[in-house]
Amino acid sequence: MNTSIHSVLMQGDEACAEGAIAAGCRFFAGYPITPATEIAELLARRLPQVGGVFIQMEDEIASLAAVIGASVGGAKAMTATSGPGLSLMQEHIGYAAMAEIPCVIVDVQRLGPATGRPTSPAQGDVMAARWGSHGDYPIIVLSPSSVREVFDLTVKAFNFAEQYRTPVILLMDEVIGHMRERVTLPPPDAIERTERAVTTVPPEWYKPYENFPADVPPLLPFGEGYRYHITGLHHDERGYPTEQVDEIRPWLDRIFRKIERNLSDILLYEENGVEDAETLVIAYGVTARVARHAVEMSRERGRKVGFLKLQTLWPFPEEVVEHAAARLHRIVVPELNMGQLAREVERVAGRHKVHRINRADGEIMQPSEIVAVIEGWTV
Amino acid sequence: MARRYEIILAGTGGQGAIFAGIILADAAARDGKNVVQTQSYGPEARGGASRSEIVISDEEIHYPKVLRPNIALCMSQEACDRYGHRLREGGLLILDADHVARSSTTRAVRVPLAALARQATGKEIVANVVGLGVLVGLTGIVSRQALEAAVRDRAPAGTAELNLKALEAGFETARKIREGRPL
Repeated sequence: MNTSIHSVLMQGDEACAEGAIAAGCRFFAGYPITPATEIAELLARRLPQVGGVFIQMEDEIASLAAVIGASVGGAKAMTATSGPGLSLMQEHIGYAAMAEIPCVIVDVQRLGPATGRPTSPAQGDVMAARWGSHGDYPIIVLSPSSVREVFDLTVKAFNFAEQYRTPVILLMDEVIGHMRERVTLPPPDAIERTERAVTTVPPEWYKPYENFPADVPPLLPFGEGYRYHITGLHHDERGYPTEQVDEIRPWLDRIFRKIERNLSDILLYEENGVEDAETLVIAYGVTARVARHAVEMSRERGRKVGFLKLQTLWPFPEEVVEHAAARLHRIVVPELNMGQLAREVERVAGRHKVHRINRADGEIMQPSEIVAVIEGWTV
Repeated sequence: MARRYEIILAGTGGQGAIFAGIILADAAARDGKNVVQTQSYGPEARGGASRSEIVISDEEIHYPKVLRPNIALCMSQEACDRYGHRLREGGLLILDADHVARSSTTRAVRVPLAALARQATGKEIVANVVGLGVLVGLTGIVSRQALEAAVRDRAPAGTAELNLKALEAGFETARKIREGRPL
C-alpha cells in the first residue's frame, strides 16, 4: 500500500482505510456489507501491520458495541457499514453520544430503504445519520466528494471524535466509495492528529463527566487505575445513574454546547463564485461533483452561478447557508434522496427560494438535470 | 471541458472489462493525468452486462462518469447495442469480432480479440488485455510504459507475464490496423 507523496490510483474505500490508519485508528470491528466491504477488507490486512486489531463481528449492533469498548480502552476505533447496518447501529450511536465515547462510524450509502439496491448510489441516510437514535443528542456528520476528501475527512472524523468526545459519522456514497481516482496523499508528518486529552488529577479526584475543561472532560482509558462508571442512563459527573433534574439538565446543555461553541472548527465547506452569483447551487457527496460540472456548463453560457459544497452536513451550517442565501432568490439543492438536506436549506433560506432536484432510483444525476433547473428551463 | 476524454469498456461479466478499466486508469495516473474510474457491479457482474467507465483529463474532473464516450470497447453484442450508439462524434468504436455480430456503424474497428488472445497466449481469458493493447495502440491515450507498469502491479499473482504477452499482441494488432495490413 502506497501512502507516500507521489500520486497513485486509489479507491474511495481504500482512502478511508488509509485515512483511518493515518489518523491513528488501531481498532476496527465490523460486518461486511456492499458498498463498504472494501474498507473492512483492507483494514483486516493493514491493522495488524501497524499493531492494531481487526475483528469481524456477528452483526452491526455488536460491531459498534465492540468499537465503543475499544475506545473506552483507549484505542481510536472505527466501524464501517451501509444503510441497513446504520439502522442496526442506531441504538449504540445513542449510547456513544450519551456516554461521550469517541468513535467513527462510516456509512457508505446505497439505495434504501431496507435492503434496497445494494450496489447503487444514494444519499438517503442524511437524516438517519442526524436523528436516527432516540432522544436528544448532537452528532457530527461529514460527507466527502472525492477520494482525497475521503482520506482527509476520515482523519478529521477521528480528530473531531477525540476533540469533542462524540460519535462522528462519515457519510460516503457508493460512487465515492467504489470510484478510483488519481490522488496525492499528504506525507505522514503533515497529517494533523488530535490525541485524546489526558489529566494529571489523581484517580480519586477524576470525574469523567464534569464540566471541565471547556465543556469536554478528558476520557481516561479503563485499566490504568482510573475507576469510573459508564452507563446509558443519565448520569452525574462521576458517571453514576441519576434522576436529578439539576444533574441531567447541565449535562444535556454541555453536550450541545461542546459542539455549538466550536462550529468554526467543525463546519467544513467550499465556496466557489458565490459573491456575484445570481443562482446558488448547494450540494454534497457525489452530487457535488455532478453539480460542479453543471455549474461550469452554465457559467460557460454566461450564467452567474455560485457553488457551495458542504463537507460538514451536521451540525447543519446554518450561518454559512444563511449568509450565502441572503442576497439570492434562487437556490438549487440537488441530492440523491427525496429532499433531506433541502429541508434544512429551506428552513434557513426560506421555502420559496429553494428549488429541489431529487433522484432516488439508484442512478446518479446527469449534469443536464441540474443545468435545466439552474437555467430555469420549462419542459 | 474540451480536454475531457471518456472511455467505456464493456462486455459480459467475467470478460474483464472492469479489470481492463482499472489498468487503463492506473496507467493514466502514472502518466500524471487526472483520471476517474467507475464500474457497474451486482447481478450484472454475473453473466449480464458489465462495464468500466474511465474519464481522463488535464483539468480537474468533476462529473465522474462517462457522458458520451470518445472510445468504446465492446466485447459482447449487448454491450455494443447499449453503448455503440452513445459514441461521441468522431469517436472510436472497437468491437470483439468473436462476440459482436452487428453494430450500428461499419466504421467500427472489428478485432477478433478472443482468437488473438488464444493465438498469442493460449488463453482466451486475456482477450480484455489484448483489447486494451489495441485501444491504446490506436489512440495513444496513455503511454505504453505506464500501461505495462500498471499490468505488472495489478495483474493477479503469477499472471503478469501472461497479461504482458496479451498486451503486446494488442499493440501488434493496432500496428497492423494502422498500416492497413490484414490481422
